[in-house]
Amino acid sequence: MPGTKIRVVRTSLAKAPTGIQGLDEVTGGGLPKGRVTLVCGKAGCGKSLLAMEFLVHGAVQYGEPGVCIDFEETEEKLSANVASLGFNLPALTKKKKLFVDYVSIERNQIAETGEYNLDGLFIRLAHAVDTIGAKRVVLDSVEALFSGIADTTILRSELRRLFRWLEDKKLTAIVTGEAGANTLTRHGLEEYIADCVISLDHRVTEQISTRRLRVVKYRGTSHGTDEYPFLIDEDGISVVPITSLVLSHKALKGRVSTGMSAMDEMMEGEGFFRGSSVLVTGTAGTGKSSLAANFTSAACARGEVCLYFTFEESPSQILRNMRSVGLNLGPWVKKGLLHFNAMRPTSTGLEGHLAVIHRLIAKLRPQVVVIDPITNLVAESGTYDVKSMLVRLVDFLKVEQITSMFTNLTFAGDPQERTAAAVSSLMDTWIVLRDSKPNGRPRRELYVLKSRGMEHSREVRELIVSKKGLELGMVLKDHTVSTNVAGH
Amino acid sequence: MNSTPKKRPPPPKTIQSDFYRLRLYIAGQTPNSVIAIANLKKICEEQLKGKYLIEVVDLLEKPQLAKGDQIIAIPTLVRRLPPPVKKIIGNLSKTESVIVGLDLQPAR
Repeated sequence: MPGTKIRVVRTSLAKAPTGIQGLDEVTGGGLPKGRVTLVCGKAGCGKSLLAMEFLVHGAVQYGEPGVCIDFEETEEKLSANVASLGFNLPALTKKKKLFVDYVSIERNQIAETGEYNLDGLFIRLAHAVDTIGAKRVVLDSVEALFSGIADTTILRSELRRLFRWLEDKKLTAIVTGEAGANTLTRHGLEEYIADCVISLDHRVTEQISTRRLRVVKYRGTSHGTDEYPFLIDEDGISVVPITSLVLSHKALKGRVSTGMSAMDEMMEGEGFFRGSSVLVTGTAGTGKSSLAANFTSAACARGEVCLYFTFEESPSQILRNMRSVGLNLGPWVKKGLLHFNAMRPTSTGLEGHLAVIHRLIAKLRPQVVVIDPITNLVAESGTYDVKSMLVRLVDFLKVEQITSMFTNLTFAGDPQERTAAAVSSLMDTWIVLRDSKPNGRPRRELYVLKSRGMEHSREVRELIVSKKGLELGMVLKDHTVSTNVAGH
Repeated sequence: MNSTPKKRPPPPKTIQSDFYRLRLYIAGQTPNSVIAIANLKKICEEQLKGKYLIEVVDLLEKPQLAKGDQIIAIPTLVRRLPPPVKKIIGNLSKTESVIVGLDLQPAR
C-alpha cells in the first residue's frame, strides 16, 4: 500500500513471472528470482515447452533477455518447434532478446585422457549471458551431459558448480531433467536444486490423456501442493489452478431474461444476473435442452452472441428438435449470433475440451455460453477432474462477464446426482426440472432451487413445452420444494 | 614411414595426408592447461615430428570459438586433420589414451 505508514515486515521472495497462464497463480507470482528451478518429467511431458515459454515471455513481456542452452535440439529445430506457438526465435535472437546455443554431446566419441572440467560450457554460457545481458537461463536438458561425460564424479561436481554460478550471477534459471524410475530425475539432479522443483506428468487413463503439474517444493513460499491439470494448445501451456483461485471477478448487477417471462417473474421479475452461472438439472426428457435453447434464443433476439457447446447432438439435430417446440434457431445461426460447437466427449481429454472452449470464447467473445450437457463429461472422467475443469471454466466465464448455462442429466438414485451436487456449489443459480405423474397425467415441473443474490420464488411450476414454445403453468400448490436433492 | 626432415613453415600450403593439424582448447593458464600443452608437445614431438601443427585457443579470449568444435570440457584437443575429426578431453597425461584417441600410428 503506497502512502501508508504502517509497514508490514514481510520478506517475501522475489519472483520471476513465467507468463504461463495459471502457473504464476500456483507459485504465487512465478519462479524464484535469481535461483535455479528444476522442471522434471518424462519425455513428452512438456518440460521444454514450459522452459521456452518462461524464456520467451521473459524476453517479450518482462524485459528480461534469456539464454537457452539446448542439449537436445538444434537452433533451427527449436525455432520450428515453437513457431506454432507464435514464438519467433530468429527475430528475438536478432533483437538480442534471446540467445540459443545448441550444445551437441557426442556420445562415446570423446576419449578422456586425464583431468578436466567443464569450463567450455561455462564459457559458452557466460558468453551468451554477456552478449545479450540475460536475466534468465534455460538448460535443456543438462542430463544429456551424462551420456557424453564418462567421469560422473567430475560431472556432478561441475553441475554443482554450474548451479552455484547461475545463482552468483543472479540468473533465474530453469534446468530440465528426465524423470527416473523412482526418482524425480534419472541422475538425481534434484539433489542439487534446493529452491524450486516442478514435476510434470502426462497420464493416459482409459485412453484419455491428462497432463498434470505439481510444485514439489518451493523454498520460502507457500505454494499450491495439489496436482494441477494443464493443457497445451496453440497458445502454449495453461495450468488450471483449483485451490489458488482468486475470486476477484466483478459481480455484475445487470440482469438477463431466462427466455420466459413467467420464469423471469420467479427471479424478481428480471431473470438471471448477467455474468452468472446457471445449472439446469433434470432426469431424461424433462426439457433441459429446450430450456437452454429458449434462453439462447432470447439472448440472440437481444442481439447477443451465443456459443452453444453440445456433447450429445449434432447442431442440425438440435435445430430440428427445437423447431418442434416452437424455437427457430436457424436465423440466429445465419446471422452469426448463434454458434454451435459439437464435440464427442471422448474425442479428447478434459484439457482438450477446456482448450477448445477457451479458444472459441476468446475468438467469438459471446455474451452467453451454453454447455449441454456436462453429464457426458462426467461420464468420461472422474468427478474430481470435471469439477476442477468446471471451476476453471466458470471462473473464466465470470471474468469475461459471460452468462453461462450448464445442463446436467440426473438419474434418480444414481451417483451422478451427487455430481450435480458437487458441481452445483460453483453455480449461482440452480434450476431443477423433474417429471411427475399426479393422477396418471405426466407433466414436467420446474423450480428454482437456489439463486444467489436474489429473492427467488420457491414455487414449483409446471413447464409446458408445446409447438408454441415453452411456458410455465400454474403454481403447483400440492408440491413443496425439497432442498435435499442429493439424498433420497 | 616416410620421413620429412625439413621443418614445414606453419601453416602449410600443401597438406599431406599424414599431416596432423591439432587444436587445443584451454581457458586461461590453469594448471591443467599448462600440463596439457606440455604433454601435447611432448607426444607430438615423439610421434609426429615435423608433420604436425598445434594451435592453442584460449576460450577466455575467444569465447565465440567454443561453439564451432562444440567444446564443453577443458582442456579439449581436436584433431582437425587428418579426417575424421576426433576429440579428446583431459590434460593429456594418459599418453596411451592420447595416442589411441588421436589414432596416431606408432612411430618406427
